[in-house]
Amino acid sequence: MELLRFTTAGSVDDGKSTLIGRLLYDSKSIFEDQLDAVKRASVQKGGEHINLALFTDGLRAEREQGITIDVAYRYFATPHRKFIIADTPGHVQYTRNMVTGASTANAAIVLIDARNGVIEQTHRHTFLASLLGIPHIIVCINKMDLMDYREDVYNNIKHDYQIFVDQIFPGHDMRFIPISALKGDNVVKPSENMAWYTDGTLLHHLETIPISQDHDLKHPRFPVQYVIRPESDEFHDYRGYAGRVAGGFFHPGDKVVVLPSGIENEITSVDTLSGALAEAHPPMSVTLTLKDDVDLSRGDMIVGVGDVPLQSCDITAMICWMNQKPMVLNGKYALKHTTRDVRCIVQNVDYVLNITTLEKITEHKNVRMNDIALIRLRTTKPLFFDPYTTNRITGSLILIDEATNETVAAGMIV
Amino acid sequence: MGNYHLTHLKELEAEAIYVLREVAAQFERPVLLFSGGKDSIVLVHLSRKAFYPANIPFPLLHIDTGHNFIETLEFRDRLAQSVNARLLVGSVQQSIDQGRAVEETGINASRNVLQTVTLLDAIEANKFDAAIGGARRDEEKARAKERFFSHRDEFGQWDPKNQRPELWYMFNGKKRLGEHFRVFPISNWTEMDVWQYILAENIDLPSIYFTHERDVFYRDGVWLAAAPFMEMKPSEKIEYRRVRCRTVGDISCTGLTLSSADTVEDIIQEIAATRVTERGSRYDDKRSEAAMEDRKKEGYF
Repeated sequence: MELLRFTTAGSVDDGKSTLIGRLLYDSKSIFEDQLDAVKRASVQKGGEHINLALFTDGLRAEREQGITIDVAYRYFATPHRKFIIADTPGHVQYTRNMVTGASTANAAIVLIDARNGVIEQTHRHTFLASLLGIPHIIVCINKMDLMDYREDVYNNIKHDYQIFVDQIFPGHDMRFIPISALKGDNVVKPSENMAWYTDGTLLHHLETIPISQDHDLKHPRFPVQYVIRPESDEFHDYRGYAGRVAGGFFHPGDKVVVLPSGIENEITSVDTLSGALAEAHPPMSVTLTLKDDVDLSRGDMIVGVGDVPLQSCDITAMICWMNQKPMVLNGKYALKHTTRDVRCIVQNVDYVLNITTLEKITEHKNVRMNDIALIRLRTTKPLFFDPYTTNRITGSLILIDEATNETVAAGMIV
Repeated sequence: MGNYHLTHLKELEAEAIYVLREVAAQFERPVLLFSGGKDSIVLVHLSRKAFYPANIPFPLLHIDTGHNFIETLEFRDRLAQSVNARLLVGSVQQSIDQGRAVEETGINASRNVLQTVTLLDAIEANKFDAAIGGARRDEEKARAKERFFSHRDEFGQWDPKNQRPELWYMFNGKKRLGEHFRVFPISNWTEMDVWQYILAENIDLPSIYFTHERDVFYRDGVWLAAAPFMEMKPSEKIEYRRVRCRTVGDISCTGLTLSSADTVEDIIQEIAATRVTERGSRYDDKRSEAAMEDRKKEGYF
């Protein structure tokens, strides 16, 4: 059974919580005590129906205010796959939360209200999904019950969306499904009201999207996370490089290059507690041993011969700013990239993006909470990186405020 | 192209191992919070995998309420010895004797909440900067919002409304002196994943997870174990029943399930058919709608 991670994007009243509630309910993933608790809470607040959103609101403040503050993770499984939903709230700090939820997702569900069609919010959500490199997009045209389940409504919205998406996301894996989350049409069960639609329910797509190619399998990348030295009699001279494969394949006997030295070496073994392996690929956590003893530690990288990543102290990245305190131009920040910790200075802001109109704003250099901007960084030590579009692991970074230790930005290297 | 994917268990395992190695790399004095329950037993197993062929580079810490099932204590000592790990025990009884914690009284008295005092004292006394726990996001609604790396201030408190964003697999463990982190490597595992993994990896568990006969009594929809320190209402009667633990905490709050499951396969069948969540049988979560959130804010596991 495979694992699929997905996120949901929709405006406040697009029925996001109802959709998730429906998925969990119809796939029998809600337990009796959870249902009882939600029923109790719904009645207490004077509601007439079971409020499905209460399944996803975890904190006291969220329940009190009827809003969702933070990303919540939900789990369910069918006989085919196990699912992790990053449920991102639509109200507060939307961009920050969606970026967080999207960063590890294989798929995004973009919700469109059939009554409203493609709106500004849809553009924002789709743009963020494309920026975060989510491999598969499922567009759910919701509330079809309120539009008499009409095929022309669905076709018009699909057409409008396709025009927009071709500008920013050409050739992307894109699926369209007409649904009613409230009534359950095409969510888990095929709709009897929309016989004209035959391309499968939402759950069917979630169960069958091919995800094995979502990782970068071409370029061998192994950021060294931790050096294992047992210092025991049995493993006296053992020196293993522990890490998670970020790209490509590693086999015993493979010629590799270690960075930053650039010296060639050879893999002796791919070790795990359950025995040595013949092959390692993303996203496996393994321990590599090398033929020649070298100076190699956390933050260094083992890569394929003739297939080295870019190496530079000058980094251009599209960032999402995530902190109340605005970015400081020429300010210094701590930077994390793969397992490497460096410091950096923000040298320039090329532009701040209006993510609704995609207009590039160059008149000012102010980057504030929830802004998306293209910036230039200079690091104290070189990074070994690939463009984010090639590899989501070696192409991503975070910035940390050195005074507060807070994570203030997520960056995708251009 | 071949089919280069991992099974969900292998992917969750790889994720947890990655998190454990980040802890060892980013912190100076980590510790693994060991309750004797299945989740922390799985954590120990994952830690062996993460650092093989070296020993686990951090000690195990058990917060002992003094009201434990004897089976879990024996199991704890054996496991620590077999994996060659240092075992530390923080005693709630000692916290009470020293006046750091005050024993609850009455029918629903439990030392569950008192553990927080002992835990925070142990973290401070040993200068631990990261405490690894087996909490999972599927367990409880406040835990669904938890990060892998969860920041705690110098009072050990959690501020759920102001958490650091956690993107990709980059974990920000930076902190000031006196602050610490709670780290949850199996955040993304469900109860079913844990059991399937126990089966796949043939992991040994304390006997109380399997069916056995015991003196029990029924309170508010939960079967509880009879023990000398458990005060009972006049209407409650001790019965001798075939039960097993679905989760293991201290005796005062661990609900028992009527069950005849005596293998991991049986338990998986039972869970697949069950319609109540795991913590539905935890008496400590029944105190209020936000019982877990409130305890977590104060520094609970």
